[in-house]
Amino acid sequence: MSAITQYIDLYKEHRAAIEGHSAAAMNALRPAALDVLLSTPLPRRGDEGYARFSLEDAFAPDYGVNINRMAFPAEASQSYRCDIPQVSTLMAAVSGDMLVRSAYMDRNMPQGLTVTTIAEAARLMPETVERHYGMIAPLGRPEVALNTLLAQEGVMIHVARGAEIAKPVQIVNLLNSAMPMMAVRRVLIVAEEGASVQVLSCDHTSNNDTDYLASQVIEIYCGAGARVAYYDLEESSERTTRVSGLFVRQEQGSELTVNGSTLMGGTTRNDYEIDLAGERCSTSLAGMVIASGKQVTDNASLINHGCPHCHSDQLFKYVIDDEAKCAFEGAIKVDYNAKFTEAYQSNRNLLASKGARMHTSPQLEIYCDEVKCSHGATTGQLDESALFYMRSRGIPEDEARTMLMQAFMMDVLDTVKMDGLRDRLRHLVERRLSGHKAVCADCDAATDPLERTEGGRP
Amino acid sequence: MDEILLQVSGLRAGIEGKEILKGIDLTVRPGEVHAIMGPNGSGKSTLSGVLAGDPRFTVTEGAAVFHGIDLLSLPPEDRSHEGLFLSFQYPVEIPGVSMVNFMRAALNAKRKYFGENPLSASDFLKLMRQKRAVVGLDNKLASRSVNEGFSGGEKKRNEIFQMAMLEPRLSILDETDSGLDIDALRIVSSGVNMLRTDRNATIVITHYQRLLDYIKPDFVHILYKGRIVHSGGPELALELEEKGYDWIKEQVDGKN
Repeated sequence: MSAITQYIDLYKEHRAAIEGHSAAAMNALRPAALDVLLSTPLPRRGDEGYARFSLEDAFAPDYGVNINRMAFPAEASQSYRCDIPQVSTLMAAVSGDMLVRSAYMDRNMPQGLTVTTIAEAARLMPETVERHYGMIAPLGRPEVALNTLLAQEGVMIHVARGAEIAKPVQIVNLLNSAMPMMAVRRVLIVAEEGASVQVLSCDHTSNNDTDYLASQVIEIYCGAGARVAYYDLEESSERTTRVSGLFVRQEQGSELTVNGSTLMGGTTRNDYEIDLAGERCSTSLAGMVIASGKQVTDNASLINHGCPHCHSDQLFKYVIDDEAKCAFEGAIKVDYNAKFTEAYQSNRNLLASKGARMHTSPQLEIYCDEVKCSHGATTGQLDESALFYMRSRGIPEDEARTMLMQAFMMDVLDTVKMDGLRDRLRHLVERRLSGHKAVCADCDAATDPLERTEGGRP
Repeated sequence: MDEILLQVSGLRAGIEGKEILKGIDLTVRPGEVHAIMGPNGSGKSTLSGVLAGDPRFTVTEGAAVFHGIDLLSLPPEDRSHEGLFLSFQYPVEIPGVSMVNFMRAALNAKRKYFGENPLSASDFLKLMRQKRAVVGLDNKLASRSVNEGFSGGEKKRNEIFQMAMLEPRLSILDETDSGLDIDALRIVSSGVNMLRTDRNATIVITHYQRLLDYIKPDFVHILYKGRIVHSGGPELALELEEKGYDWIKEQVDGKN
């Protein structure tokens, strides 16, 4: 019996309650999702594209699902922690899988921006929700199907045509129940033609002794000429499993920046699929993983170049310590008509211990002439000669290692265009690499409270 | 002149099971400049690496006492704190680590070792400025990543700049003249001379007499096949310049 059966049974039993909380557009996809789950086996470790991560194992435990929409208190102080010094954000929390809006956000919501539940958005802008919900994420993937089967209110970020939102939207995802729980998070981001927005999503657990599973599907629609930046930071616990899929459709001339950082977690799978569906799109996709202990982190990317004159850059870097096991499976597909494509992919990995493992599989499929494409992957150890050079100048070995690992991550951090966030990430990386837990609360100590801006407080 | 800064006795060391140093004896007193010369492969760089604590080398026998401390028992960072400095023949490029962070980490680690507080940012930058002047290191270089994209000459200047920052008691200059044109050679050696006091000492490792025109040695040692086979005054360097190393090789190899 597959691990998924328990969740199918759960759905069948509570179908009325689940559908009662949700938008019609969400309910409309559930029968198809159910069919997929009944007919598609879950990939296991070792299956193609799943070198380290087993979806079967991820869904095997009997997690609770918040069917009845019990509100878990999202403590304001936990959201405070995620303030980025120097950057004021429009912050909302997602407690488990329920959106908790802040009064600050509601008071300061700029013209053209909507941040609400998908259920509410279906009332405000039914056509938009129907046009995009479930249309970008491939339902044929079992993890997407499971999310689609069980997701309820969800989160919708909508930016109206031509609206340029200066303040970043920040979503703080909290796993804070006392019982083992699966959060079914569903996010739909729609940037209409010529709109621009930056979104920062960070994952936290308030309880390190409870098993959590976060299933999330994020769909992003970039209208023609739209500019979207999506920054994702995972700082969860060793007992957290995360199955995340980010799916993007880019229209003509749109610009997308995605940076996903796994600073702390248990077992993580991140899928990125980006469809370049219009000419002259540009995409920067970056990922950073710092794994230690028995952490498992899998990243898989697929960029579909379907149109001419598009540009994509991928950079994934890993520092792997202790017994951690990681993987990168990255693919670029260039369609037969995608002339003048420029697509680059790079994966660089540092193994900091004998027990650390990395599996990397960069792939290029090109069905078109007149393209510039490259991919490369390297896995190695710290440069011993640099280490000795630093020690000979008096820098203690541990500190020298930390400095070298941090230097290694520098170019991934540089893909973050939000200045305050980049500085914050740099600091978190330094703390994480020097053996501290990268908890946002700790990094407040490093910033002068006088310099911190007001705002962004719920 | 009874104080001894470095006493090396019967030092044997090698790499991957191959013995390179076969019993080195060397005494260095404060204020002295020693030149160690020798043909390629004689063990010059091994000697400097072993003294600085390069983990690639294994010491099999002998001792090195540095102002009363058992040097060989210390990790490289503590050797540096205790006042040993190695100017690398091939300074290492470290992309992503800025010269400023590198130097600050080095200086503050030393201060911590001696129980002192870290330098303030302004005091540190002032010190950087002062010491840069010693070798005329461009401010642009100081703000870049360590040695990254530096020319050969700039790398060697950067070594002497670091030496000026750390104020060592014993500096080992490993082939500092290699890759330097005559102007850079003059700047680097005048930097070294400016940093000389009667308390510290220098070991100059070189292939050629050229550098010794600028940094005047008190003693010259000839290293061959892992042993110091001949020691003398500055005139020995001139003799080598004139006659090459063949007579030494003949002398030693003939004996065996």
